[in-house]
Order: sequence, then C-alpha cells, then structure tokens
Amino acid sequence: MQQLVSFIEKHKFVLLFILLEVLAFLFTIQSKSYHKSQFINSANSITGGLFKNYNSFFTFTSLKSENDRLHLENTLLRNALDVKSDEVVSLQKDSTSQKYTYIAAKIIRNSYAHRNNVLTIDKGSKDGLTIDMGVVNSESIIGIVNNVSENYATALSILNEKCNINARLKNSSYFGSLGWDGKNHKIAQLYDIQRQAPLKIGDTIVSGSRSMLFPDGIEIGTVSSFEADSKKYKNIQIRLATDMSNVGHVYVVKNRDKNEIKQLEKNND
Amino acid sequence: MTRLNSLLAFRFVLLVLLQVLVMNNIHFLGYLNPNLYLLFVFLYPLKEKNTTFLWVCFLLGLSIDFFSNSGGINAAATVCIAYVRLKVLKVILNRKDLDLKLFQLRSESLMSILLFVGTLTFLHHFIVFSLEYYSWKNADTILNKTWTTSIFTLFLCVLSIYLFGKKKTFNF
Repeated sequence: MQQLVSFIEKHKFVLLFILLEVLAFLFTIQSKSYHKSQFINSANSITGGLFKNYNSFFTFTSLKSENDRLHLENTLLRNALDVKSDEVVSLQKDSTSQKYTYIAAKIIRNSYAHRNNVLTIDKGSKDGLTIDMGVVNSESIIGIVNNVSENYATALSILNEKCNINARLKNSSYFGSLGWDGKNHKIAQLYDIQRQAPLKIGDTIVSGSRSMLFPDGIEIGTVSSFEADSKKYKNIQIRLATDMSNVGHVYVVKNRDKNEIKQLEKNND
Repeated sequence: MTRLNSLLAFRFVLLVLLQVLVMNNIHFLGYLNPNLYLLFVFLYPLKEKNTTFLWVCFLLGLSIDFFSNSGGINAAATVCIAYVRLKVLKVILNRKDLDLKLFQLRSESLMSILLFVGTLTFLHHFIVFSLEYYSWKNADTILNKTWTTSIFTLFLCVLSIYLFGKKKTFNF
C-alpha cells in the first residue's frame, strides 16, 4: 500500500496527464455519437446567454440582407396565397388538420469551418423545442435540433457528418441521402441514389417525404456535377441553396404526427 | 489571491472571451480561425511537474469546447502541449542554468520564441484537426488546415508576446 502511495506521489504528473487526456477523449467520443445527451455543448445558460448578448449587439450588421430575405419570402407567400385564394376562403379553420407547425427562432452562433458544425439557437424547451426537430429558413434546410436546454438549443448543421437528411429529385421520386465531406461549405454531396434516376446538372434537390423532420419538397440545392458508370452514380455534388456562412432567422419545424408514426413503426419491429 | 493568481485568472477569462467571440468568427480565406488562447499556455509561469498547470489547461481547453460544441478536442490538445511545454523549452534553449523562476519568454531571442511557440502550436493544431476529422481519408485536409492555421496562430501569438508580454513588471 505504501509502495502504491509513493508510486502515485512520484508519478503524479504523468498520471494526471493520462487521466485528463482520457477524460478529454471520452468527451470527444461522446460528442461524435448522435443520440446521447451530451455534456459539452453550448445550449446551456452561460454559453447561450453570452452568444445571445453578443449576437444582439451585432444584429444590425446583417439587418439589410435579412430584410431582403424576409421581403422575398413575403412576396413568395403572397403569390402562393393568391393562387390558392379560393381554397383559402373555403378552408375550414381547424388547427388539427395542420401537420407541421413552425416556431420562429434565431441562430445566435453559426459555425461552418469545422468538420462537424453545430449551430446554437435562441429558443429552448420553454418554447416547445425538443430534439429531432428540423430547422429551416426561407430558402432551404439548415439542420436538425440535437440538444435542448430551457432557453437555448443546439442543432447539427447540414454541414455535419452525423446529419443525414433524406433528399429526393424534385422532378421524380428517386431519393438519396444528403451528406457533407467537410471540404467546402457551399457544396454538399448526395449519396445512395439509384442508377435509374434521371440525373442532370442543374437538377433541383428537395427534402424527401421519408424524412419525418421536414415537410416534403423544401429546396436543398442544385446538382453542380456528378460522375456515372454503368452501376451507380458517384460524386454527386450539390450546390446548396442557402449560404450557410450567413444564416440568421430560422424556423424550427414541429411534426405533429411524428410520435404517431414512430409508435406505428415501433409496433412493427 | 496573490497578484499573480488574479493576473492569471484575468488572462484566462480574457483569452477565452477573445477566442470564442472574436477569433472563432474570423474565417480568414473562408476557414482559418487562429487559436490565440494558446497564449495562456506559453506565458504561464514555469515550474517542474506543475499539476495545477495541467488542471488549468484542461479547464481552458474545455471552456473553448463548451463554446464551440467540439466535445473534448481542445481540452485534449491543450493538456498535451501543457505536458510537453517545459521539455520542448529545454531542448530549444539547450541551457544548463535555466532559472525557471526568473525565466521570461519575452527576453529570449526571436528565433527561440518562434521555435518554442511554433512547435507547440503545430502539435496542438495537429491534435485538434486529427480528432475533428477522425479518419485517414482526410489526411490531406488535416495537414493543410494544421499548417495554415498554425502559421496564423503563430503570427498572432508572437506579436502578442512582443506587445503585451511586459519585460520588467511581471516575472514571466
């Protein structure tokens, strides 16, 4: 026993070094798994609060582009409303028929230069956010909520290797999954799409109906290049519709049927 | 708290805030963010086998990780360079009568400061990017990001050492 104590006393510097490294590695490995409540994240009141204050201080720098974006979206919605005006008048006002509800939020910390990018959002469980909700803006898909605290949440950006989103071609129902290789924040990749799918450069990619997180048909980007051999498509590069280095106001998508669908799928297993 | 400890605490908080609020938003050439917070490791007083220093560096790295959602990547890298710091310094200076208490990084020659800060920065960045990408497929990206970011960090750190590492007031 005494030998052990003297051993620890003698090598305590090295032992502490090893202990701290192991601890740091454990945190790192934990952060790489998607479905685990993570300890190290910025959805707590200290980091979230700091980012929120900092962000509100610098909001004015992006006001102009944010206004333009809102204006554009309003025009789009007005046009859509006009096309469907007859339907809207005769529509029964019943909130239970609405499948998706949207919660307005703001990204207070953006990240796009890392391998796995995470965004911090200024809304939390108090505002009805839970994990596995989609995050979109007026142009495109942004990410998926993965951690929630009372007032803040973090979301995996689409620029994250854990974020695999079901995506399909706009003109047909062939689908694949969207991933990111970590190189360019304007370009993402589309994987696992069938060879039969008619693919052309410039084709629009939208969110697929298999995803429970996003409404069907939200734009993701356009095909900028791809290779094909007789068996499969390779290296399908997608130019993202939104500039991930400049995202501000977003909507968090709540799927009201998600629990019902999950319950059904669970019954089958 | 002694004067030295309050200075170190102040420097800790200042560097963390500077890192997460300013440095992490620079995105020079689209992806370069210097890690200026390493200045804390370089300027911390020297002592043989200082366990407190390891703990403080662990907390420093972890604070950065909390803000950047990166698990324990920065903590692992910072503890590692804290562990080898004194060894590297001894090899670079190659001096027998190195007085740890009176040592002052600022008064060494520019060459040895560059070597000392450069070696540790490169090691730190290599660990950070290796853990971040976590696969050999991305070896080119890891090396590319490591050396470009290292040069950026090295430049800022050496500049700060000359600007703020006062020569006489504090014994560093």
